[in-house]
Amino acid sequence: MKFVNEYRDSELGKKLIDRIHHHSTKPIRLMEFCSGHTVAIFKHGIRQLLPQTIEMLSGPGCPICVTANIDLDKAIALAHLPNVIITTFGDMLRVPGSHSSLQLAKAEGNDIRIVYSAQDAVYMAKDNPDKSVIFIGIGFETTAPTIAASILQAEEEGINNYHILCLHKLCPPIMKALLDLGEVRLNGIVCPGHVSAIIGSYPYQFIPDDYGIACVVSGFEPLDILLCIDMLVNQIETEQYKVEIAYRRGVKPEGNKQAKLLMDTVFEVGEANWRGIGVVPLSGLRLRKRYERFDAEKNFDINPGPSSEAKGCICGSILRGVSTPLDCKLFRHNCTPEHPLGPCMVSAEGSCATYYHYGASYGE
Amino acid sequence: MENRVLLAHGSGGKLSHDLIAKSFVSTLGNPILNKLDDSAVFELSGRLAFTTDSFIVSPIFFPGGDIGKLAVCGTVNDLAMSGATPLYLSLSFIIEEGLPIDELEKIVSSIYQAADEAGVKIVTGDTKVVNQGSADKLFINTSGVGIVPPEVNISAANAIPGDNIILSGNLGNHGIAVLSQREGLKFQVPIPSDCAPLNKMVAEILETSANIHCLRDPTRGGASTTLNDFAEQSQVGIRIEEEKIPVHKAVLAACELLGFDPLYIANEGKLVAVVSPADADKVLAKIRQNQYGTEAAIIGEVVNKHPGQVVMKTSLGASRIVDVLVGELLPRIC
Repeated sequence: MKFVNEYRDSELGKKLIDRIHHHSTKPIRLMEFCSGHTVAIFKHGIRQLLPQTIEMLSGPGCPICVTANIDLDKAIALAHLPNVIITTFGDMLRVPGSHSSLQLAKAEGNDIRIVYSAQDAVYMAKDNPDKSVIFIGIGFETTAPTIAASILQAEEEGINNYHILCLHKLCPPIMKALLDLGEVRLNGIVCPGHVSAIIGSYPYQFIPDDYGIACVVSGFEPLDILLCIDMLVNQIETEQYKVEIAYRRGVKPEGNKQAKLLMDTVFEVGEANWRGIGVVPLSGLRLRKRYERFDAEKNFDINPGPSSEAKGCICGSILRGVSTPLDCKLFRHNCTPEHPLGPCMVSAEGSCATYYHYGASYGE
Repeated sequence: MENRVLLAHGSGGKLSHDLIAKSFVSTLGNPILNKLDDSAVFELSGRLAFTTDSFIVSPIFFPGGDIGKLAVCGTVNDLAMSGATPLYLSLSFIIEEGLPIDELEKIVSSIYQAADEAGVKIVTGDTKVVNQGSADKLFINTSGVGIVPPEVNISAANAIPGDNIILSGNLGNHGIAVLSQREGLKFQVPIPSDCAPLNKMVAEILETSANIHCLRDPTRGGASTTLNDFAEQSQVGIRIEEEKIPVHKAVLAACELLGFDPLYIANEGKLVAVVSPADADKVLAKIRQNQYGTEAAIIGEVVNKHPGQVVMKTSLGASRIVDVLVGELLPRIC
């Protein structure tokens, strides 16, 4: 397959690993922001192949994991309303909120359906004019343009029974918030690939400028990630911090102008509630006033009540890179993919699920 | 008026009788079935293997097969994986009212073809019709019996360190072919489902080697689940190599797109065999001679380390655990 096999070439991979071993002299700590990178790193066993000088941490870039319980509770409360069809990406179903989950609400007889895109939800609204179809809008800048397009489509076609629960989050502001928290000392960041395909690489410029931290945008194949790590090591060894792209086939420095315009037309920047981090100003998206009639929160009366977290769950500090799943007392014992207590064990890309499935301790 | 299955077709009365005679017995008939008694009566001697499986795949027609072919191959393969020679099958339909009769007859015809290829007979059956919405078009249950030759001893608990692991061909074709037809996700894959009866392949390798320890068809849960079952039940470790696992590039591409791992995708015409190292090459050669085994490969071995665990050497040379599938990756795939 074009664009897969050539980025998995084991010989080239081994050469890159050798180069990283050769160049890396200083002990450094790198964070992959995006959970897609975390999965790829574990799936290909990349951590084991790096020199001891390099420590890799996983960041908060899992859209399901960072969804706060209060927001999950809202989705579940919406599901209990009469004449409502909830549409969602599949992974959200199993995430436990404070008292229930969408999966449980579905088993109780509420109409909750998995869709593969927001556009499917718009079609569903069109086909079910006597129901309200609510799409649970989670994700980062990657998914936001498609949700924006769905709103514009609904507007154009006069579909008034389509709504979204707008929980979108933004990457660069949360990176800044994490760096300002100062809990984790970082030397370099593996910047997200898909998000950067939309926003480009310019929005990360504050990271080398203000924090002296290396930044390289990476793709998701093993060679992409190894090249990214090699470039980060180079920046750190030479103390020349900048934003670079190791994923040229996917990312342009200026990003995708059309997608950005779509997002900007429909959404404005506002605060967002992040699991483990809390409410961060200017780190999320909300619908502009003109599109408020599509906003589920503004059009349905719900009272999800006070939210609470599973006792002992440390997903929050795992998402901040302060702890790893291996630090959690519940990991593997009380919290497993079959009986997850926290979102990082539910999402296929969550750190806990990744550590669990790919055996983090194996070979480390 | 288009000819459709009505509730009355399941009533046991005249319409039922006509449906059975015209749509089922005319195609599937044989001396045992034709008697239409309450039970099929036949002679058997030796060690019996007996299995049952229900089929709820959606959509009922998919590239490379349909629910009927699947219902025969699934049960034939379950018998074959115990080392049994499959002989007789039962066939039970639960039909949603409104199913076009020509679709039903098309499915019966592929049941006939699959049974004919596998050399098994449908000897008894049942038909129920339910209200619209109480089933989704058509559900099928098949049960099957076969005879296990006295010298054959195959079980997931029989793997021993040193054994080679043979996979009979490309992974994931069935799951991806079915998924490609789903509403909301239609995409073109140039490869059909691998749905096929494997009893002849099994008979050929059992004739070739007396040292086949485990056999299983990696259906739901995929190859990872099968390998984990072997490791767990035999209390051995299993090591496989990523670079040796055959996957069609179109399946790989679809998996990349959808975030799936081919190791977890269902197959309906593949087997995993655990074989003594001395016999592995000749068993592999035999599988490759079979029309359903041309892409077969030795993908790993049984080790006496990490009992109960499957570990894969990645193409970069690192190692990682291959876990069992948790939850449901793709609903209603078979």
